[in-house]
Amino acid sequence: MTNDTAAQSEALAPIMTARGVDVFYGKKQAIKKVSLDIPENQITALIGPSGCGKSTFLRCFNRMNDTIESCRVTGDIQFAGQDIYDQKVDVVALRSRIGMVFQKANPFPKSIFDNVAYGPRIHSLSESKEHLEDIVITSLRRAGLYDEVSDRLNEPGTSLSGGQQQRLCIARAIAVDPQIILMDEPCSALDPIATAIIENLMDSMKEKYTIVIVTHSMQQAARVSQQTAFFHLGELVESGDTETIFTNPAQERTQNYISGRIG
Amino acid sequence: MPDYLLTTSPQMAKRHKRHTRFQWYGRIAIAVSISFMLLMFVAIFTRGAGAFQKTMIGVDVEFAESVIDPQGTRAEMTLKQGNYKPLILAGLQEVIPGATDRRARNDLYKLVSGGAAFDLGERVAAKPNMIGTTQRVWIAASSEVDLYIKGKIDGDSDEAVRRLKDQDIAWINQLKNEGRVKKKFNRVFFTSGDSRAPEMAGILSAALGSFFSLLVCFLIAFPLGILTAVYLEEYARKTRLTNLIEVNINNLAAVPSIVFGLLGLAVFLNFFNLPRSTPLVGGMVLALMTLPTIIIASRSILRSIPQSTRDAAMGLGASKTQTTFHHVVPLAMPGMLTGTILGMARALGETAPLLMIGMVAFIVDVPKGITDVATSLPVQIFLWADSPEKGFVELTSAAIMVLLVFLVLMNLFAVYLRRRLERRW
Repeated sequence: MTNDTAAQSEALAPIMTARGVDVFYGKKQAIKKVSLDIPENQITALIGPSGCGKSTFLRCFNRMNDTIESCRVTGDIQFAGQDIYDQKVDVVALRSRIGMVFQKANPFPKSIFDNVAYGPRIHSLSESKEHLEDIVITSLRRAGLYDEVSDRLNEPGTSLSGGQQQRLCIARAIAVDPQIILMDEPCSALDPIATAIIENLMDSMKEKYTIVIVTHSMQQAARVSQQTAFFHLGELVESGDTETIFTNPAQERTQNYISGRIG
Repeated sequence: MPDYLLTTSPQMAKRHKRHTRFQWYGRIAIAVSISFMLLMFVAIFTRGAGAFQKTMIGVDVEFAESVIDPQGTRAEMTLKQGNYKPLILAGLQEVIPGATDRRARNDLYKLVSGGAAFDLGERVAAKPNMIGTTQRVWIAASSEVDLYIKGKIDGDSDEAVRRLKDQDIAWINQLKNEGRVKKKFNRVFFTSGDSRAPEMAGILSAALGSFFSLLVCFLIAFPLGILTAVYLEEYARKTRLTNLIEVNINNLAAVPSIVFGLLGLAVFLNFFNLPRSTPLVGGMVLALMTLPTIIIASRSILRSIPQSTRDAAMGLGASKTQTTFHHVVPLAMPGMLTGTILGMARALGETAPLLMIGMVAFIVDVPKGITDVATSLPVQIFLWADSPEKGFVELTSAAIMVLLVFLVLMNLFAVYLRRRLERRW
């Protein structure tokens, strides 16, 4: 019993913290003074209507916003006690610790094997060919894809179905052995069955990884996440325990959104 | 059925009519453009096809040692430079005994090519045991005779306006009746350089000149163009300077090619003193001309690579350079190669810039490298089209056919490469 409580409090320790984060696209401010803690080994869902800035906020965590020229991020985001926007932080190393899965499945136009092997290859994570194969197979297993593709690892990743492609992308992210996986509406292009598979997968993944997911679907947020943050017009309206947010929100705007009156 | 559902209802009928009308406009446009193309091909083919054959005259030549090699040394130079003209003339006179005075002898000898004696020397040097024998050898006819045999000179026209006089025609017919005239494949056209005499002129020198120029052009323009495009598209921030560069590249693509020739003349020849009239300089000028095309084509291909590919690689922690060279460039490569080859195909057809840097010279020797003087296919066509001899008309069209074949081959190669590289996925 005491062990359980200890484990729980450890699990709740934030692995990532954001304090007073502002994001600008040119002169337009997309995110206004957002502060949020991401607890370790949990799933945090970012919800809100379209254009509320939740994806933009997610992309701050692995500095993907750096690739957008007009985008400027201010404020303090810490990962494992380190300010990730510090000049000394190598963004390449950061992204190997914080993986990302995108809205649209984007496998490389390479074989299934090469898709998963690409990350370990560029980060020289494998010592030998066998080790690399091992990483690829383990990653595909963790992503729940191995049984479906074990006999055709040399076929192009683009030949898989939409849901399989998305799981391939998850396997590809896992292969680099990150601590956090960011998911930007990973199921928005999938049918309910593929979505259910990925939701189950996320549930089993949270033992090893911390997951931050942006989703349009409140049901999905309610199903998979332990913590939920509600964004509206670039502001973080409310965040907290998922159950509380969906049953007893403190803010009226949250209440309106989850009951379908705004958004 | 209600009226408005029928194709015959007034509104529908009007729409259908408009639809049909526009379809016909399109078909007519295609028919007109295709018929122009066909007209061009037919014109070139009918004029040029003859050039692939040439007329030979069979002459019984007595290879007298006393004339060819009086000292009996059998030295190659002696054999090559022997005086074969009287031997050929004597052979001709056997058939046409009437031609004995000086004028008639000259006219008779003019039936064979001016290069015939030289050609015979080469043959004897290759096979010295011919000396002392009498053999029937087939000697290239002169261009005028060639044209007459091919039916391109009308024997019934006014004698004053043609070079081939009535007497010459009578002699030819006499030779023909004895079976001493035949047509054979014109190998010379593919194996020798330019010549003042149409029957001895060939395309090889120009074709190799073009090949070497394009080689230099490719080696310079391809890497430069690709690197520029990749840098501008993937690395450079959008600033006023990059905007200016972009506008200038677009402008350069529209600059008339002769301006690049003048630039080459001023910079490569006059300033850097590179060798004049060589494929090296020609290729450099063509590279300048092709660069903007390659850059513009490559950039548009790079822009069409989905952002999601870059995101995927970056999200895994690939650096900018890894993302670019592992993913973006390989995906863009087929398109960039196609753009390059199409740009080079345009360069192959360029004449004007090469005129400026002296690749317009009369080149008999076949170039062996990029620093040998050479000309190029389109320039050769220009030169031949400009020549007064009637025999060059055929050659001009034949050279155009060769150029077109090269262009078609390059375009097919571009298609093949695109298919080949894209088929992988």
